[in-house]
Amino acid sequence: MEKEKVAEWDVAAAKSYLLQTSSQTGINLYDHLATLLHKLLEERPNDPVDIFEEISREVKRNKFTASTGTIRDQIDRTGEVALADIQKKLMVASEGDEDGRAEEEDPENPLPNLIKLNFFFEQAGVGIGREETFRVWLALKNLYDTQQLRHVRFWGKLFGLEQSYYVAEAECREGDEEESQEAEEAKDEDAEEDKEEDMIPKPMWKPPPKAPREEPGTGANKKVYFVCNQPGKPWVKLPHITPEQIFVARRIKKLLTGRLDAPIHSYPPFPGNEANYVRAQIGRISAGSHISPNNYYMFGEEEEEEEGAVRDEFNKNEDYQPQPPRDMLDLGNWVHHVLHLLPQGRTRWWNPAQKNEEEFDEEEEEEEEREEPEAPQEEVGPPLLNPLSEDSEVDGVTPWSAFLSSRAVAQHAVAVVRSNLWPGAYAFAHDKDFENVYVGWGHKFKVDNYDPPMPPAPLEEFPSGPEITEGLDPTPEEEAAVKAEQEGAEGADDEEEEEEADEENEDDD
Amino acid sequence: MDCDTLLNDVESLGSAGVVLSTEQKVLLQTSLTLLKEQYKFRRVFFWGKILGIKDDYFLAQGVENDELKDRKTLYSNDCVNWKLLPPSSEDAIAKGNLAAGRFTGDPSFVFEYIEMKKVIGDEGEVRDEAQPPVAIKEEEKLVATIAQIDQDCAIVPRAAYNLTATGKVVQSRTFEGLRGDEAAKLHSYLHFRVPKVLPRKPLVERINLEKAIDFLDPIDEDVPKGAWSLQFERGNGLVYLKNLLWPGSVFYHVPGTSKHGHVYVGLGQLNIDIPFMI
Repeated sequence: MEKEKVAEWDVAAAKSYLLQTSSQTGINLYDHLATLLHKLLEERPNDPVDIFEEISREVKRNKFTASTGTIRDQIDRTGEVALADIQKKLMVASEGDEDGRAEEEDPENPLPNLIKLNFFFEQAGVGIGREETFRVWLALKNLYDTQQLRHVRFWGKLFGLEQSYYVAEAECREGDEEESQEAEEAKDEDAEEDKEEDMIPKPMWKPPPKAPREEPGTGANKKVYFVCNQPGKPWVKLPHITPEQIFVARRIKKLLTGRLDAPIHSYPPFPGNEANYVRAQIGRISAGSHISPNNYYMFGEEEEEEEGAVRDEFNKNEDYQPQPPRDMLDLGNWVHHVLHLLPQGRTRWWNPAQKNEEEFDEEEEEEEEREEPEAPQEEVGPPLLNPLSEDSEVDGVTPWSAFLSSRAVAQHAVAVVRSNLWPGAYAFAHDKDFENVYVGWGHKFKVDNYDPPMPPAPLEEFPSGPEITEGLDPTPEEEAAVKAEQEGAEGADDEEEEEEADEENEDDD
Repeated sequence: MDCDTLLNDVESLGSAGVVLSTEQKVLLQTSLTLLKEQYKFRRVFFWGKILGIKDDYFLAQGVENDELKDRKTLYSNDCVNWKLLPPSSEDAIAKGNLAAGRFTGDPSFVFEYIEMKKVIGDEGEVRDEAQPPVAIKEEEKLVATIAQIDQDCAIVPRAAYNLTATGKVVQSRTFEGLRGDEAAKLHSYLHFRVPKVLPRKPLVERINLEKAIDFLDPIDEDVPKGAWSLQFERGNGLVYLKNLLWPGSVFYHVPGTSKHGHVYVGLGQLNIDIPFMI
């Protein structure tokens, strides 16, 4: 019985498959075979098996099919069409400029020749493909034309879960400060409530002062970054980073979703949303992996190095002599041209002790027992234009690997340097050209697993002192004794004799 | 990526960051064709690249008879001289995983793994004693890594491969690609490996599957959930599937055509932090 049921079910399934109408022509296999066999049995040709295909084709041809729309849709191309529309606008815009006025290209800030740079990257086996790069180039040109920016370049591509980010780097012209969004200091509202109720002991712990972010145009915020999800979509400016964001970004590891407004759920909690996290990772990658050939950039001659000051400005060396590719494999010939980020999250050390003194004066009356915080040690990083050979090893891995792009033709090869700490960061040098690019997920390489930091230990309790120590309730005898003493003391104001009598009384008790 | 269509397919992978230089493309095409002849493979695939500290490995896989089971892997440092890798097994994978750290690029490099075992000393205290170090050659680590990546990341679109009545897995002649809406679902992609999950499923769930097509595990039930990232490039014209357990693995498919392929270009490191990252 079971077998029959299964067989019946199989037959039904097979028949329903045969009865499926075709999306193209509206006929189904079942009817077609039925018609075919009917025709064969009627006409009875010789050697039917040899001409089977012919007869089948003829039956199909003879069948009249109306070419009306089918129910099932074709491949949904609307997404493609929408994107193509957006990208066409890019291409149309660039043509319009050429026809009309001449392009206003600042000779000092030329649009980088991305196709040429991509050619070299391609030789190195790096990048995002030729066609994609050209689209990005058009989008970059759009950005360059619409916004007043200097030193626009393609920084790289960051992969995301839903969408990726194409990142462009630029420097703002003149003083282009945005409205700084300073978080208001959380006022201690408890202080007001305390005045009404009993004095609740205030916690002695104060959060450490936050280092202020570096001014736009200097240090970690020297460059401004723009992202877009697809070339052709509008570029979005990323906010400047704060040292706290760098500090937390170093302690979390999150994948990007592709939406700039996505929240970041993590511990320690990241102060910001995905736009801030993207900017923080970009800042870390730039600080860790942007390199240039030695002597390509030089410090200005007039600057004097103060003690403790960090040089930030450098200029392109007009007399740069490129070295042969073999020499560029030597890591001593490459230097960092982006300042290293200190553990504090800034490029220049900011002393939190200065602010501490101000606070100390204000609250000196209340916080007398507060310990003086230890003077924090100044954090020093490697100076600018430091050669790569001085980079320290991490986890037993040399931080950089250098290759020639070609084994076969070495004299025209491109020297490529790859970062082992930031997988996906590459730099090449050839003749007078060099460039950095990053294509990857945006995370640092660590041999060990990611270990989320533990929440901090709960604070110690307020030190017990006489004002809050709970004492035992006095026994009735003690109460009586104290009461008697008090009465005796009052009596002493009037007459001293009663005091003596009370003392005698006390002795009896 | 099939070596016959290598030049065209690698263009599709540019957006995922997989780029081969002209020299590499030429060398690969030549040497893979020669490999095919030498080892009598029916098809040869460019499996990918593993980036080492000093040098990179290029990897190729050849299919002899059965697409699923008869696969041999070869590696090369310079795309010209290829060496055969030994087949993998559970023990080989376990041993290869003991070698921690990056690939160096030198196949004869030896990793040392020292296990600390708790030993009761003479006075009765418990201390950690270092066991004699286990030496693992980089070649063994390579075998283990490739086997694991194949287990986790090698996928194909549904209906691209058929299981014939003799149990042999062959390419489907009539596969015309996934439709746009099917291509957006994880269920339309299957792991190209000996099925592990499917045989354990109750028959009730399996009754609606086509025996010839659905003989592989679908990827939508993979652990951890969210380990696959599906993205469309060029509007709906190209689908990328990236496995986040092995960053660098990319599967691409052009819906509506039979173009599909899988490649891995990365460090060869398992991303074990993935639960924190999603």
